[in-house]
Order: sequence, then C-alpha cells, then structure tokens
Amino acid sequence: MSSVKQERGVDLKVLRLIVRRLLQLIPTLAGLSVLLFLWLNRLPGGPTAALLGERATEADRRQIEAALGLDQPVWVQYGRFLRRLAELDLGTSVQTGRPVWEEFTTRFPATVELGLTALLIAVVIGIPLGYLAAARRGTWLDVGAVSGSLLGICIPVFFLAFLLKSVFAVNLGWLPSVGRQSNDINATEVTGFRVLDGILTGEFDASWDAIVHLVLPALALASIPLAIIVRMTRASVLEVLGEDYVRTAESKGLRRQVVRARHVLRNALLPVVTTIGLLTGQLLSGAVLTESVFAFNGIGNFLRTAIDGRDYPVLMGFIMFIALLYVVINLLVDLAYSLIDPRVRVH
Amino acid sequence: MSIARPKAVRTLAAIAAIGVIATGCSSDRDNGGDSGGSGSTGTFVFGAAGDPASLDPSLASDGETFRVTRQVFETLIDHKPGTSELEGGLAETWESNDTGTEWTFNLRDGVTFHDGSDLTGEVVCANFDRWYNWSGTYQNTTLSYYWQTIFGGFANNENDETPEANYVGCTAPDELTAVIEVAQPSANYPGGFSLAAFGIHSGPALEAYAEDDASGEGDAITFPGYSQEAGTVAGTGAFKVDGWNKGNGEVSLSRFDDYWGETAGVEKLVFQTIPEESARRQALQSGDIHGYDLVAPADVKTLSDAGFQVPTRDVFNIFYLGITQDSNPALENLDVRTAIAHALDRQNLVDTQLPEGGVVATQFMPDTVAGYSDNVTTYDYDPELAQQLLADAGEENLTLTFCYPTEVTRPYMPSPADLYEVMRADLEAVGITVQPKALKWNPDYTEVTRDGGCNLYLLGWTGDFNDGYNFLGTWFANYQKEWGFENEELFDLLERASTEPDVEARVALYEEANEFVMDFLPGVPISSSPPSIAFSADVNPPTVSPLTQEVFAEASFK
Repeated sequence: MSSVKQERGVDLKVLRLIVRRLLQLIPTLAGLSVLLFLWLNRLPGGPTAALLGERATEADRRQIEAALGLDQPVWVQYGRFLRRLAELDLGTSVQTGRPVWEEFTTRFPATVELGLTALLIAVVIGIPLGYLAAARRGTWLDVGAVSGSLLGICIPVFFLAFLLKSVFAVNLGWLPSVGRQSNDINATEVTGFRVLDGILTGEFDASWDAIVHLVLPALALASIPLAIIVRMTRASVLEVLGEDYVRTAESKGLRRQVVRARHVLRNALLPVVTTIGLLTGQLLSGAVLTESVFAFNGIGNFLRTAIDGRDYPVLMGFIMFIALLYVVINLLVDLAYSLIDPRVRVH
Repeated sequence: MSIARPKAVRTLAAIAAIGVIATGCSSDRDNGGDSGGSGSTGTFVFGAAGDPASLDPSLASDGETFRVTRQVFETLIDHKPGTSELEGGLAETWESNDTGTEWTFNLRDGVTFHDGSDLTGEVVCANFDRWYNWSGTYQNTTLSYYWQTIFGGFANNENDETPEANYVGCTAPDELTAVIEVAQPSANYPGGFSLAAFGIHSGPALEAYAEDDASGEGDAITFPGYSQEAGTVAGTGAFKVDGWNKGNGEVSLSRFDDYWGETAGVEKLVFQTIPEESARRQALQSGDIHGYDLVAPADVKTLSDAGFQVPTRDVFNIFYLGITQDSNPALENLDVRTAIAHALDRQNLVDTQLPEGGVVATQFMPDTVAGYSDNVTTYDYDPELAQQLLADAGEENLTLTFCYPTEVTRPYMPSPADLYEVMRADLEAVGITVQPKALKWNPDYTEVTRDGGCNLYLLGWTGDFNDGYNFLGTWFANYQKEWGFENEELFDLLERASTEPDVEARVALYEEANEFVMDFLPGVPISSSPPSIAFSADVNPPTVSPLTQEVFAEASFK
C-alpha cells in the first residue's frame, strides 16, 4: 500500500511540476512579447522600406504605413497584436503576404527534421565517444576526442558547412548541396516530415532522398552540440569514476561492464541530459545559419529573411513560438531527469 | 553482451539493407534522373536568389517573381532575344495615333491560354480594365507598383496620394484587335506594354480571380489565394505552372504543348530558391542545378575555367555615386561636385572591381538606350585638377559622409564595400575626409539614402524597358530628397520629353537632357556592367538578355 501511495505521490508531484511550469509560461511569454515589440519598434528602418524597395516615393511609404497601421502609436499596435493573438491569429507576413501560421507550419517540419537528425548524430556519437575518452583516459582516443571536440566548437558553422559541401557535394559528388529533396522526386506529403512521409506512404526512395539531403546540413549543425556532449560526458564520467560507490560496486565483485553501465554511465548522464536539453533549444538558432547555407527551407532560413525585411509579424510569431518550444523542451528534460534519477522524483 | 552483439550486428545489417534497397529505388543524382543527360528533354533547374512573391505578375515588382512569371505569361509587346529592342509579343504589330493617346494592338491568331481558352481583343481589354478598376488593397503600391508607374491611378482613386489615372479605356473592335486609350502621351508607351507585370491572363482565370480578393487588414497585405498556388493562373507562355512547393522553395513549370510558337526545349522547368550566392555556385558545381543568376565577379573566371558557361549580357544599367546637394552647402557648389568627379579613377574601378564587359559611364544611361548623347561633358581622372577646384572653392578641408550598403549584391554593384573602398581612397587622395556609413541594404540603406541622409552614396538602376525616361525620369523629373536639388529647367525638359509623342523628337530631348545633366552634375555616373549568369556545360542556355529577361523555353539539354 505504501508503495502505491508513494507512486501516487510521485505522479502528483510530476503533474504539479508540469502544471506549474506551464503556468510559468504565461508571464514569460507576456514579458517576452512586450520586450520583442519594443525591440522591433526600436530597429532602424521598418517593413515599409523593405517592402517598397529602392525607388519608392515618400507618398508610397505614407500610403503603406497607413494601410499596415504602422502610423499608429506603439501601444495601439501592441494591443492589436494581443487581440489577434487571443484569437490565435499570428497575423500575416509583410514580405510574403501569407499568414504567419501557414509560413510557420510549412517550414517547421524541415527545421525539426534537421534539428532532430543533428541531435541524433550528436548524441549517438557524442555520448559513447565521451564515455570511451574518459574510460581510456590519456590514450590516443582520449586525446583525439578532446582535441576534435575543441575543433568542433571553434570552427564556425557556416565555414564547416561550406567545407563539407566543397568536399562531399562539389568534389566527390556524393551528396546534394542544397534543398530538402531532389526536384524529380514527387513525394506525397502527409506530415511535412519528408523522411517520415516516405515511410508512411511506402515511397522509400523519397525517404532515402530526404535522408541524403539531410546528411550534410545535419553534420554541420551537429558539430557544436557533438563537441559539447563529448566534453561534458567525458568530464562527467571521469568525476563519477572517482566516486566511492563505484569503488564499492567494483570491490563487491560486480562485473566491470555492469558497474560502468548501471553506476557510472547512469549517474554521469544526468548533467549530460540537462545539456542536451539546452542544446536542443540552441539548435534552432544554429539552424538559422545552416539552413541559409544549404537553402534548407526551414524556419531558420525564413527568420533570417524576416530580420532583413523587418517582417514584424513573422518575427513576433516565430520568436514567441520558439520561446514556447524552449520552455516545453526544458520541461521534458526535467521529466527525463526524474526518470533517470529517482531521487528527483522523491524530493 | 554476448547476446547484444549479434542483435546490434543484425540491426546494423538491416539499416544497411534498407539503405541499399532505397538507393536502388532512388534516382541517380549524377545522371540527373530525367534531369538532363545527352539529348534529354527533362527537368531544367535554375537557382533563384529569392522566392517569387506571387504567381500573378501584375501584383509584383521584383525580379524573382518576373523571372518565373515571364515563362508563363506573355505581354502584348516583347523584346528581341538578347536585346532591349521592342518586337511583337502577343500583338504581332502595334501603332499609335499621332498624339500618342491611342494604341492599337493587332493580336496573333491562334493563341490559346493554358486553360484552353483563346486570346481575343476582349480578353486583352478585360485584363487592362481589371487593373484600372482595382480597389481597396490593390490600390496600394505594394500590389500595383507598375500599374501606377505606367498608367497612373485607378477608375476610383481611394487615396489622395494616388496619381491621376492616365488610362482611359480599352475597346476591341474585332476578335484580334485591342485599342487602348490613354489621356496623355507618355514616354512610358509603348515600352510599358512590354513589362512582365502586364502579362495577359485568360478570361476564365480573370473570372476566378474576382472571387478571391487581396486583403489589407492588420499589419500586412495578404496576397490573394489564387496567386499563391498553382491551378488558377493561366497565361499563354511556353510553360504552365505545375506547382509551388513553398516547403522546398520550388516553383515547377511544365511545357505547354499547345504553345503558339516553338515549344519549350525542356519538359520541366524548376526555379529553386537558393538565397546565398556561394550556395548557388556550389549547387551548380555539384550538379544540383543547371544555372543561376547574379554570379559574383570573382567567380566568373573560376566557373569559366572549370568548363561552365558564363555568357555575357549587354549592359543595361547604371551605377552611380549619388550626391545629396542640400545635405551639405559645399555640395551645392558645382566646382566641388566637379572636383569629386575628377577625383575618381573610374576606369581603374571598372577594371578591378566589375565583371567583364563593364564600361565607364559618361552619363546617366547606358549607350544601348535611345537618347544617349556623344556630346556630354566628360570628367577624366585628374586628381590635381580636383585639388585645384577644391582650393578655388575654399573647400580644402571638406569632410563628407559616404554611405554604402552591406550584405548585398546588385546587378550593377557586385561588391559595394570594395567599390566604396576604391572610391574612398580616391577622394582622400585629393584631400576630402570621408566618414564611412555602412548600412544594411534593406531597409536601412534604401531608406537613409532616399531620405537624403548621406552626402555621398552608391546606387544604381537597371532599366525596365528601352526608353530614356525610364532612366533620366527616374531620378531627375522632380525634386527628390536623395539628390537634394531644385532645377526647374531640367524638370521642364524632362516633362517635355515625357509627353512628346514623336519618338525622334523625344530622343533628341533625352540627348539634350543628358548633356544638361552632365553639365549640372547632380552625381557621378560610374559604370554600366553586365550582371553575370552561369550555366552548366551540358545545357544550351537561353539567349541572355540585357534586361535580365531570359526566356527559358529556348533552353535545352545538349
């Protein structure tokens, strides 16, 4: 009975954590929206100049400012934004003339697909490499992993992207240099996630084509998270290896692999998981550069053009959504934390 | 572990097998699948610098939209391939009355739209009447820039700022004739009828458009739905729109088999958006695309040496150093402006900074435009004379702000920062202190220069069609903050030229205006240079156009 009660207590705690974190979202997003609005209005220029181009007259500008309501005070514009937000309307992109929500949903799957692939590469390679580097400290593998990860952090993403394309697309011709899918692939769109869509519809060639297009941008995007995960895992494993309970487990005669897997890796992973959560959010900002270089039509690429064009509605909508996503990812990380470390659940 | 290992091996083997099978299913990238190859008529992929704004060209004013729509819609008047000379388009011939207020277009027989309907005089009139009767959001310059530029306002102007309409009406006396009447003769005609914005749409398409309005509520103008997806728009061009995949940044066109002229050399034409110039180059080098525009001058030789085709366009642009006279009293002195002109080594600039085919400009229009004068005052590179002129004007310690844009490549100005550096060195060599002001192109730079916020600045213009007013009138027809001067004599001269119906008399007026401008020297014309375009070795590229209006129906695979 007591264990059931305890389980219920834990469930309630988790539920309370989720509700509390979701409620925290309200002031966070409200504050962010005010800051964003003020910041955007402080930017030099405005969407009118971006829209009208180099030969527009003063009259053209006045006309469009009136049409877009940009001649009204900031607080009126902010009120209009909030009113629309309450109606779940993010407005219309100044540059493309299409609803922001439509622009977002068209591009979001591309960024998620790219981000998840990059994260997968970073985690699948980073954790084992970091672990092995720590377990074989001082060997060539350790030195290689440490210096390699330093290089990964130092090389700017756009330069790495350029280099990867030069080698694998231009010189070797193994991989495509731009886009999400080949022009001659007529894939059926279901979810917008190209790899998944190919599997769902049985169009495996479309899936494979999408994977091939993902390789280079994902590698470029994964470089920094991979380097951080390797270093983080290595440091964390080294720390845990020196703990008393590891020595105790080993002295009890447990097999080395069991000690490493159950006691070392599990404990060492705690800070790594937190880092991965933070890196997931950062992947979105990394995507701005990577998507531009690879003409990968995700939200990162679109955000860049929105900044250039002072596309206020897109900037507001996208940044608010990214903030929301960031908070949700962190919540998920906290939940994952409680799965890995039972102490978190109890306390 | 002993159990786990075979499992892992099996998993890896399964992944590898899926990969192999999928590779087998996938098309061979190197052969381009159906995208090229010897004798193929497959898919031609062109790397565009930006997404089109709309599939209806009448709502647009940007080059990337027109690049796509020009393949789908045709205009009454066209340009001879590779030139800026007018020739028959959908109208085989055209003529105007003596006063230049009535334009008669004799249409081609047997022209069908993509939806199967026929081209008639009535359809042409329906197009012009639609633009003339636009109301609400459509009257905003964002959606009707070219209509307002060429034909003035609308049947019912809803805004005081909108110009008076010059369009009066259109009649179709018979099946294959359309007569367009305007209130005043203008230099905009007949060249304006060749603008991509005035591509002719089919009758049924126009009816469908009427159901689907643009809206301007809130903080942006929403394009009407029909202009954002394939299915409704229908022109007479050699290609019809198959799809616009915004997720991929691709517009797909396919060959229109009932085209009245020679059918397109490729079955499919795809415009793929690749914003970064270096990404476009790498995409061409890796075989992902067959061509792209706005090649960086530094890449021209690399690409040519590697076997890519980099044809040279005729020049049809002007790059100039703008001077805002009323931003600094010294600049109102002609001697100071003359000193600036003599201080610049423009030949060196053309030789070192601009692509092959670039020439020093002697006036504010390229020599390919009717109205170019051989008798303008010229200003050779002469730093001593420049110093002397500055000393005579008492401006030995002149300090000027010099604006230049960053993060941008324009057809007439491939690398603004480098161009600025060369000019700065020249100006400082004659004793002018230069205060640089680097601004992001859009919107900061365009806004600051337009508002007269710089003493000196770099800007240029690519002509829309071959008429001198499209160049001179753009800058000097009235007071503009960016130039900061009032000169009624020049304004009157251009007004007379603009309304002169006789072409020869108008050209003479342009020549006179060019001579006047170069004596008055409101700025320094620097150069005319052809923007480069590149194609892969395995294609027969379309004839390159000085107006950057390539017709991709001419393209084929070798």
